[in-house]
Formats: sequence, C-alpha cells, structure tokens
Amino acid sequence: MGLKSNLHSLKEKYSGTKMAPAFNALHTFLYTPNETTHNGSHIRVVDDLKRTMNTVILALVPCLIYGMFNAGYQYHVALGEIVRADGFLGASFWTWDNLVVGIWQVLPLVIVSYGVGLLIEFIFAVIKGHEVEEGYLVTGMLVPLIVPVDIPLWMLAVAVAFGVIIGKEVFGGTGMNILNPALTIRAFLFFAYPTWMSGDKVWVHGAVERSQEIANGANLDAISGETILGSYAQNQAVVYDYWDMFWGLIPGSVGETSKFLIIFGALFLIFTKVGSWRIILSTLLGALAMGLIFNGVIDAGWIGESSKFYGLMSVPFWQHLIIGSILFGAVFMATDPVTASQTNKGKWIYGFLIGFLSIMIRVFNPAYPEGVFLAILLMNVFAPTIDHYVIQGNVKRRMKRLKVKTA
Amino acid sequence: MSNDITIKKGLDIKLKGEAEKTTEKAILSNYYTLKPEDFHGVIPKLILKEGAKVQAGEPVFYDKSNEAVKFVSPVSGTIVEIARAEKRRIVGIKIQADKEQTYHDYGKFNVDAVDADTVKAHLLASGCWPFIKQRPYDIIAKADRTPKAIFISGYASAPLAADLDYVLQGKEAELQAAITALGKLTDGEVHVSVGKKSNSPLAGLSGITLHKVSGPHPSGNVGTQINKINPVNKGEVVWTIAPQDLVIIGELLLTGKFNAERIVAFVGSSVKKPRYFITKIASEVATMVYDNGVEQNGNDRIISGNVLTGKQVKPDGYLDYYSNIITIIPEGDDYEFFGWNKPVFDKMSSSRALTFSWLTPNKKFDLDTNTNGEHRAFVLTGVYETVFPLDIYPLQILKACMYHDLDEMEALGMYEVAPEDFALTEFVCVSKQPHQQIIRKGLDVMMEEIG
Repeated sequence: MGLKSNLHSLKEKYSGTKMAPAFNALHTFLYTPNETTHNGSHIRVVDDLKRTMNTVILALVPCLIYGMFNAGYQYHVALGEIVRADGFLGASFWTWDNLVVGIWQVLPLVIVSYGVGLLIEFIFAVIKGHEVEEGYLVTGMLVPLIVPVDIPLWMLAVAVAFGVIIGKEVFGGTGMNILNPALTIRAFLFFAYPTWMSGDKVWVHGAVERSQEIANGANLDAISGETILGSYAQNQAVVYDYWDMFWGLIPGSVGETSKFLIIFGALFLIFTKVGSWRIILSTLLGALAMGLIFNGVIDAGWIGESSKFYGLMSVPFWQHLIIGSILFGAVFMATDPVTASQTNKGKWIYGFLIGFLSIMIRVFNPAYPEGVFLAILLMNVFAPTIDHYVIQGNVKRRMKRLKVKTA
Repeated sequence: MSNDITIKKGLDIKLKGEAEKTTEKAILSNYYTLKPEDFHGVIPKLILKEGAKVQAGEPVFYDKSNEAVKFVSPVSGTIVEIARAEKRRIVGIKIQADKEQTYHDYGKFNVDAVDADTVKAHLLASGCWPFIKQRPYDIIAKADRTPKAIFISGYASAPLAADLDYVLQGKEAELQAAITALGKLTDGEVHVSVGKKSNSPLAGLSGITLHKVSGPHPSGNVGTQINKINPVNKGEVVWTIAPQDLVIIGELLLTGKFNAERIVAFVGSSVKKPRYFITKIASEVATMVYDNGVEQNGNDRIISGNVLTGKQVKPDGYLDYYSNIITIIPEGDDYEFFGWNKPVFDKMSSSRALTFSWLTPNKKFDLDTNTNGEHRAFVLTGVYETVFPLDIYPLQILKACMYHDLDEMEALGMYEVAPEDFALTEFVCVSKQPHQQIIRKGLDVMMEEIG
C-alpha cells in the first residue's frame, strides 16, 4: 500500500510538468494506471500495448539466451578448445564457459541498445509532452539479436540513435513510423560500417582481433567465421549439416541462428494472437517460391557451375529457410504491425513479396549475401501502397452497389 | 431461409449480473429531466417556461433547425428548473411530477385509413418522432426525406441487454399499430429481425420482412443488420427504431396517450438482485438504484444503457430517452501492481498473451471501468476485424475520421455506420483509442460539410 500511495502522490505532484511523461513511464511500469473509461465503451479488454510488447519479448528470450551460449560456443570451437556439439543438446554447447563468454559479449549489446534507445525515447517524450510509448521495448531487444557479436559498442550506439531518431521519432513516434526501426538500425550499420557487418571475420567472437594480431606479425592461426551464406556465395563447400543449421550451431548474427527456437517463438506469437500468422506463412511461401525458381533455372542448365551465382542458386529451395536470417526476419521483423500491411489480404501479398525478394537479393548480392533486411525495408515502403489497392477493392464494391441502384 | 443473417465475426461479452425475468413496478420518481443531449444535434427551443404546468405528452421544446419535431413531457407536472451550461445552452428540463397523472389527448388514430403525410404529421406533433432515427449520421430522422427502408432489431446481443422477447410480451397490438403506420412512410420494406431461437412477438406481425439473426454480438445491432440486408449508399436514407419505442408509438396511435412507461432491465455485477422494472423515460435513477440493492457508498458506475454504448450518469442522474437498461458496474480507479505483465484470469482479453479468458468461454466476468492501460497510437492491426462484421475496413475508416478526409470517409462507408457499430472494436482496442467518439465526430464533420 505504501508504495502505491506514495507513487500516486508523486504522480499528482508531477502532473502537468515537463517531467510527467518520464515519471509516468516508470510509474506505469510498476502499476497499470488508475485511469477509467469516460465515454464510449465503459469496459475494456485487459490487453494493452505493454502486454503486447512484453509478449514479443518473451518470444525472443530463448533466442537471446541461445545466442549467448552460441557466441561462446563458436569462439571456443574456433580456438579448437572444444569439439563440435552433436545436436541441440550437445554436451559441449550448454556449458558455463560458453555462457560466460556469451554474457560478456552479448549483454553489453543489450545494455547499449536499451540504454541509448530508451534515453532518446524519454528525451523526446519530455520535449514533446507525450507519454513514453512501448515500441522501443521490442526494438531494443531485437537490435542485439541481429548484429554480429563483436560489433563495437560505439557503432551500435550511433546506429541506435540514428534508427530511433530518423527511423521513428521524426515521423511522430511509435505507430507512425514507415520503416521498421530495428532494421533501420541494422541498415545504418550495414552501409556505414560494412566491414563490421559482413565478410568471414565478424561472425565469431575474437576473429577480427585475431586477424589484426596476425597482420601485426603474430604467429597464430586465423579464426574463420564464415557463415553458410558466405560459403555458398563463394562456391565453397559448407561444413555444417542441416541439423546444425536447424538447431543453430552455426555462426551468424547473435539471435538468428537457432531456427528451432525461432519456430518456437513464432508458435508462441501466433498462439497468443500477437504475431500475424498470415505474414509469417506468406513470407516463407514467397521464399520457397523464389528458391524453386532458382532450382528450376539450375535444372534447366541455364546457369553453369562456373557462374558466381551457382552456389546459392543450387541450394535446395527448402534449405533457404534454415540458412541466413529469413526465418528470424519473417517471424520478428516482417510482422511488426506498424510497418507491415494493415489489411489481411495485404498481409499475404506483403509477406510473399518479402520472402520472394529476400531470396532474390540473397542470391544476386554475393558480396554481402543476405537480403532479408533489405527486402523487409523495401516492402515496408510499399506496404501502404499494397493496402491502398486492397482497400480500393472495398471502395469499388461500394461504388458498384450505388451504380446498380441508380441504373 | 434466405432471410437469415448469420454473423461470424464478433464477440459475446458475458458479464455477471444478468436480469432475472421478473418485473416489478419501480417507485415513481418525483422528478423527471429531459436532456437535450440525448438527441444528438438538436438545438432545443423551449415552448414552455419555467413554472409552467405540463401534461404527459405535451410538447416542451422543439428542434430549432426542424421546428416540426416536438419533444414532449413524459409526465404531467410542473417545470421546476431549466438547467443551462455555458452560452445558455440548455442541458436539462426538470419536471416535478403530479401525484395524479393526466395525459394530453391526441385522439385515437385509425392507421389503416390515412395516408403517409397524416401519419407523419401525427407522429411529429405527438412527440413520437424523436424515436425514429436515421442513417447516415445516426441522428433523429429528417421528416422531409422518404427512407428506402426501415429497420427494427428485435434481437439484443449486447452485454446484459434486456431480453426483448420478454419485455415486448403482450404488446402485439401496439407493435402492429406502429408498424402499420411506419410502413406507410417508406417506399421500401420494414425489416424486422429477431433471434433465431426466439419467440418474439415481433415475428407474428404483418407488413414486415422478417429476418432471423444468429451469431455473437454485434449481430443484434441494427447497423450490422442493415449492412447485411440492404446497406446504405450515398444519397440514401434508412430509418431505425428500437422495438421498445414502437410500443410507445403504438399506444399513442391506439389510445391517443403518450405513455412514457418502459420496462427497463436493471443489471450489472454491482446490483444485488438484477431484474426488470417498469419505469418511465427520463426518471431519476437514484430511486431505483439505491432502493434495490446497490451500496449507497459503493464505488460504482451507473450507466444509462449497456456497458458498451451507454452514458455514464451520476446517482442523481436520469434514464436517457432511448435506453431500456441501466447497468451498474464497479469503478476501476485503482492501480494494479505489474498489471501489464502478470497472467490474468479474471478479465476478458482479445489475445492469449498470458491472458486466459480463452480457456473459459462461458465464464461470466465481473469487469470494472479501468482502461487496463494507457492511450496510445494505433499499433496492432487485424484485431478489430475479428469483431467487426460489417463490410468496412474499421481501422482505415477511424483514421480517415481522425484526419478529416471527407472523400475517404465517404468512400470507406461512413454513410453506413453509427458510433455503436464501433463499440466492440473500442472494447478490444489495445491502444485504448476512443473509437465511438472518433466516429461520432467524423459523422458530425460530414453532416456539416456535406449535409
């Protein structure tokens, strides 16, 4: 009781001042407000935006924890200290050593992402006098999961600031943005610091450092942190089998490697009715369709083994789903309701095109093989157009009704 | 069969405090107050002054922009107060009731023998006209237009709604008289809908097209039925009337008396013994509320109407002109510790995000007036569509109303909707946006600009 009434009197005190949004953000974190309905419907469902966002975060937590273990695991495997784990429950994976390295590497990313992003959100809320909105709770969680583990923290901080301000706040904040903020942040990193976002050195902790030591004359073995896509793009043999890809025992961005846990998160989102199954399903269908087309091109013999596209084009179509970040993008990025299509029919088209374009960019962009975030950002831009044409269908039906009447 | 309407999208909100099917006569109030705000868009011009004597059914004021539309007193008595707000806007006309009620006599009316204009003039003069509403704009019908059809929903699907089959029992003669009269006012049909499994007295009337409705709320909303039967196009007008008001119209036609008596369901989880009462339009709610098992000092909200569309009234407030239900539920003006992330079993939810109302579809909930979260911009999509059966894009039309794009509002179907059609989308809204208010304002803007 004490805390509740103290906070209530503080709220009264701050009410109307500049600091009110900042205080309310903390207050409503602890207590749902005592606000009651005034007009219209006198009762409301229990769901609010905080609960919705919290559900997405819950779906992401397994990916984050797995990402921490994987960061350490990849590091130790690369150093040759441990053997490759055999399957999801492999003995050399779930170890303290792996977790400690992972926490040491991944937790700072989470802290920087939330720290910088929320600070900007608070500042904007205070300046503009609106409440702190919950959108960044999910964005802040997504960002550490879609960057390479060794990304310098200052780069992340700059990118987050860019993404939140340019990607979201200038449009008016949560609910108003056109581009997915988390992907805006990734795009910024990708184009501003490409050497840290692609190549064969960034995906395993320690690899960049090691290559610099070698360049300085140290007599050490280089650590290879090549991703599967990288191997395919260079027409090299892939050293991982399908189960490694499915369970996630591969290098990659922090949270995107375990397809198993992403599917788990997807089922949770669909079950809770927070994520749109239409978008997830249609994205995967679009990816499969493009994969099939490329396979067909290979089967028809139009592209020979000498082509630089051969490696990625010849990947069996279904395998595209378990390599790279298409699954993570489909489940957690494409489904962002603000930037996706808003009509049910539009969602099918939107998702399908994301999947389709993702694989196309993946295959035709061998220097930086991965196109999911580019495809999603592109479709973010076109989502309102898709909706427009879907809604025109409804408008036309109404016009036709009128015409039949007057004719 | 072809006349059946089956609704799939929607949501039945099951609440505690449903009315038991017994009817008592409520203690008559001493005071009755007509509130012009019940009649959206009407600017009242007084006919009688403060202190004047009035008979039941005698006009008290008329609509400034449409002088033929008269508003009558529900009781005989003395006008004791004209309450005004800023700019001398009239907010209430308070009438002290006589012990012995006298009625203004409008004379018996032979509905079979007269033409449309006579019917119209009679309803206008006798104060029955305000019961007839029109779409577009959800306002009192404009008497100079002929509607393409008239819609009457005899099926109440709203939470804790009064059972219309029950309250209309034995009123066949009145209903028939009213239907016959109204049928003369339209070139089209009089559409009457009843529940699929009902034994509504409405079903046996002549001169109607009967529809049987099934499915979750808002299947009983007249707006849903219009959309499924014969949607409103640009330039067209339809009229709607609530069945309980048909009874008043019918009685006036048959006896010449404006009898404001109405059976009202007294419901909600704060009511000890929910049941039906016979009372009168505009009567004080306090007499009914506190004599019948609501805590005098309780922290409750009194709603004239149902929980989705009703008006909040103070304990000394009055039953509004159109409602046949008074709902009383607890206020929710308290904080809840970690209310946004802990699992919830005792509140309704449109999702399954650690909310478990989906496990108990038949459970009756005791909901309060807490918003369960703060007002936010629209974020989620696809949720409204699951409870919105009209062939309209709800999110898009709401946004069009917010940025006042008249062309878009028109194209998206604004002529077809009323605020109550958006009550359920408002209920499930995660961003806690005031949908009904947005639609009402949108309609007002259109009415002003387009007319």
